Amino acid sequence: MVSGSYFSLAVLFLGALGFGLAPLGLAWLWARVFAPPKPSAIKNAIYECGLESRGDAWVQFRSAYYLYAIIFLIFDVEAVFLLPFAVAFTGLTAGACLAMLVFVLLLVEGLVWAWAKGVLTWA
Amino acid sequence: MGVGEGSADLGLNSNIDQNLKIEMGKQGIFVTTIEELYNWGRRSSVWPMQFGLACCAIEMIATTMARYDLARFGAEVFRPSPRQADLMIVSGTVTKKMAPQVVRLYNQMAEPKYVIAMGACAISGGPFKQGYNVLKGIDRYIPVDVHIPGCPPRPEALMEAFMTLQKKIDGQSLTGEDRPRYHDAEATGEFPVPEPGEHDLEPSSNPLVWITPVVIR
Repeated sequence: MVSGSYFSLAVLFLGALGFGLAPLGLAWLWARVFAPPKPSAIKNAIYECGLESRGDAWVQFRSAYYLYAIIFLIFDVEAVFLLPFAVAFTGLTAGACLAMLVFVLLLVEGLVWAWAKGVLTWA
Repeated sequence: MGVGEGSADLGLNSNIDQNLKIEMGKQGIFVTTIEELYNWGRRSSVWPMQFGLACCAIEMIATTMARYDLARFGAEVFRPSPRQADLMIVSGTVTKKMAPQVVRLYNQMAEPKYVIAMGACAISGGPFKQGYNVLKGIDRYIPVDVHIPGCPPRPEALMEAFMTLQKKIDGQSLTGEDRPRYHDAEATGEFPVPEPGEHDLEPSSNPLVWITPVVIR
């Protein structure tokens, strides 16, 4: 075992384990000896702004928000790619320019779809 | 350079002469006790809770900024949650509407916890003492460690209070009769949160921390 090629690994593993567990153990020991826990209903309550929490945290969001998600994605991703596109525009080959245009036009298609659906009109 | 080990008796009754300790320190031999080490660590990283009640809070904010730099004392990290805070700086007027929230937040802080009552309002009601809606000092509900007078106290005053608190932490013992409340398993950790009553908060004070003065006419 001692002469095995994995012995040093085992020693390192034990060292790593001790490195992690020793502070935890010391903290636990310290808490047991010197810091008696003082739990109370208020201390264990969930919310932390001084007021008692009311109602349920498990609320649902309306699925109709998907439209905002899509439109945000169109403008966000477009902006991310348009800037490097514009910077590198003069040095681009025809193939790269075409590939970029396909990508941008795919996003524009989403915008056209949203426009045709009447999403952009303020209701 | 040699490093000496602390005495094994947790430093509860350190027998080493203070002058001898300083002399040994000059020679590169440092002697400490667990209690001393513990208090040093605690007083050097007192994290205040991030909340302000009134105009004193502006001075508190100034204290943390570059000009006064509370970070020198290890207290620059203002925690937005009572779970992570050690120190509550009651900075400003405590109205009767706000008092339950303040006491509730104090209850939610982890032990050991300290309170600095900053400014005339927090310690006594200050210029608004006669107001029907102002609490006449936060020490009616929670134990206050340091009171700072002033309206508002200057940042230097807050730092002075902070150093006073550090001195207080330094002097606290781990065991024995005079150990602080949080080291005592029997002592309570809960301070009742007052409720808005018909004319005043109910109860109007916590008898554990506040003895209502008797007016002799």
